[in-house]
Amino acid sequence: MQLQPDESGKFGRYGGRFAPEVLISALDELEHAFFKFHEDKSFNAELDNLLRTYAGRPTPLYFAENLSSFCDPSGRVRIYLKREDLVHGGAHKMNNTLGQALLAKKMGKERVIAETGAGQHGVATAMAAVKLRLKCDIYMGTEDIERQRLNVFRMKLLGANVIPVDKGSKTLKDAINEALRDWVTNVEHTYYLIGSVVGPHPYPLIVREFQRVIGIETRKQIIEAEGRLPDVIVACVGGGSNAMGIFYDFIEDDVELIGVEAAGRGLHTGMHGASICAGEDGVLHGMFSKLLQDEYGQINQSYSIAAGLDYPGVGPELVFLAEQGRVKMTAATDNETLTAFKILAEKEGIIPALESAHAIHCAIKLAKKNRGREYIIVVNLSGRGDKDIFIAAEALAGETL
Amino acid sequence: MYVRACAVGEASMLSMITEDINQGEGIDMAIERVFERLRREGERALIGFITAGYPSAELTPAVASALIDGGVDILEIGLPFSDPIADGVTIQRASEHSLKAGMNTDLYFEVASQIKGVEKVCLSYYNLVLRRKTERFIEECISAGISGIIVPDLPVEEASDMLKASKNYDFDVIFLVSPTTTERRIAKILNVSSGFIYVVSLLGVTGVRERLSDAISPTIHRIRRVQSAEKISIPVAVGFGISREDHVRAVCEIADGAIVGSAFIKIMEEHMHSGELKRADKLHAFEDTKNMLADLKNFAQRLKKATHVALCSDQAARTAEQP
Repeated sequence: MQLQPDESGKFGRYGGRFAPEVLISALDELEHAFFKFHEDKSFNAELDNLLRTYAGRPTPLYFAENLSSFCDPSGRVRIYLKREDLVHGGAHKMNNTLGQALLAKKMGKERVIAETGAGQHGVATAMAAVKLRLKCDIYMGTEDIERQRLNVFRMKLLGANVIPVDKGSKTLKDAINEALRDWVTNVEHTYYLIGSVVGPHPYPLIVREFQRVIGIETRKQIIEAEGRLPDVIVACVGGGSNAMGIFYDFIEDDVELIGVEAAGRGLHTGMHGASICAGEDGVLHGMFSKLLQDEYGQINQSYSIAAGLDYPGVGPELVFLAEQGRVKMTAATDNETLTAFKILAEKEGIIPALESAHAIHCAIKLAKKNRGREYIIVVNLSGRGDKDIFIAAEALAGETL
Repeated sequence: MYVRACAVGEASMLSMITEDINQGEGIDMAIERVFERLRREGERALIGFITAGYPSAELTPAVASALIDGGVDILEIGLPFSDPIADGVTIQRASEHSLKAGMNTDLYFEVASQIKGVEKVCLSYYNLVLRRKTERFIEECISAGISGIIVPDLPVEEASDMLKASKNYDFDVIFLVSPTTTERRIAKILNVSSGFIYVVSLLGVTGVRERLSDAISPTIHRIRRVQSAEKISIPVAVGFGISREDHVRAVCEIADGAIVGSAFIKIMEEHMHSGELKRADKLHAFEDTKNMLADLKNFAQRLKKATHVALCSDQAARTAEQP
């Protein structure tokens, strides 16, 4: 299995660098800096320290006993949750933003820009920027601003400038377009801090490397708890950063890896965010990947109740792993997600992000299917659900809570 | 510069011109022939850009004609994309408007083939080419009378399919060079480019600007340096932010052509806005379209005039320096 991008930044056929000429030298500079600092002891020591003392790592691997016995009363199926929801900021996003903001600092950049969908990456970028004293501008679609007001307020409180994007679908896709346009214009002093394993090479590699910490910890923790590797690891997939983060260190092991995309109102309705399950090859945001697009190649609007999965593209390495059959892809609808969201709250006292609830749905299904078997499931609980309570309340209106 | 070039002397000047003519005859690519012809006539190329389907698919050929009548030598016809990351707000708005009204790749080639009397170049983003399959896209370009293509999100490293497909036809793949492009990359780009080199004048996206960028001259100097080192002669045209006569004039002092896009779109946009108010009145709408086309033509004429340079200017001096 190919574990690193080739010279042109591709995993198999996917990835590459389909970027405007203005950005090519900046991407070269970034690649060079990343390789330099990635091997650098003092850089890594500084990052480790930040992750530990500021972000709150390592996060626990929690045995969800109630949820497990809810699914399998025999107690043989055991579901573990990797608690990325406990990372400072409320999601796994900060693993990456601390890494990249530190890289930006070392590269001598004064300003970071980022796109955000659900607002989690925007918040995590704003926090890292405050911590490392960088100027911070965040692009966010006006539709996302509307549905994620809490995170908008958090970003502003953190001193970030939130720039509304009122173009196209007014969501993450257009926020990325706008961030790219900003970067093209201010490339000399600005670092584009991309939030997922997407974009032109070397971004998918950089983000994966900074998110790998999730999988590295999980491996150690599950061996401590169970004395063996899990049977399966489940993660939700929007762009794919939390999935690549937890999957990567298990690629060469006998562990099933399952990515869960947003089936929205159902894959057949066209209202979803399932780029691997239902998309086709194409180029967007600097990468060759799977995209939601029409017959002419115009990008379709994606849809999901979870803003963080509302993106018509996906990380190229994940597409490659799926094509190779190494990662299995599936999708959960809004309704399935909401049910899982409620179950986790009721059984474990944990309110997951709607994004992560997609993975919880898949884990519950797997647990039920494997009833009575010795079966260990690890779910990447990539974020907490505080940001989603109003959306969930509205969607669950009428149901007895 | 004018004085220095003119001091070259009549005899060598004549030989330079004949050399140019011979060179011109040797070029079998239509776009480079345009630059050659203009150069002999003491002009530079005015390259216009329009978005197909703006203000409407029906009006696009008339818009093109207005620009051609005004003196545009090469016309870039944009096939709009949903996510045009290299474009500023003006072309973004035109693209969105065009797509909403039903523009697509099929319709694009229909509209493009109706435009006559100018060298045509397709400008689009890579996903639309890829989706059509590169080979087929180029074949359809050729059927529509389009001589070349510009794809702003296709850097030279990813262009091997495109270059391979274009080799089977006399089809130009036009690459961009930006102020941040290193000389090593410029060499790489020059070695595979045909038609012309599209110099991005500034760090940024397309769009009307008040001031001309300071980055143009150093970028062109770097290109010229690499051109003479690599012994590659290909026309160089400057775009992004070129929106006024004085911009065109200044660009034509040092380059072989100036590319103007957003400024044309802006004229149409202004007429669209005033037209909307009177939409109910058909006669007024017709009058307004006529006025819009007249304004486009006038503007193109003024820009074209600014491309007239004396024969013995920088260009001649540059040719003399070349081996």
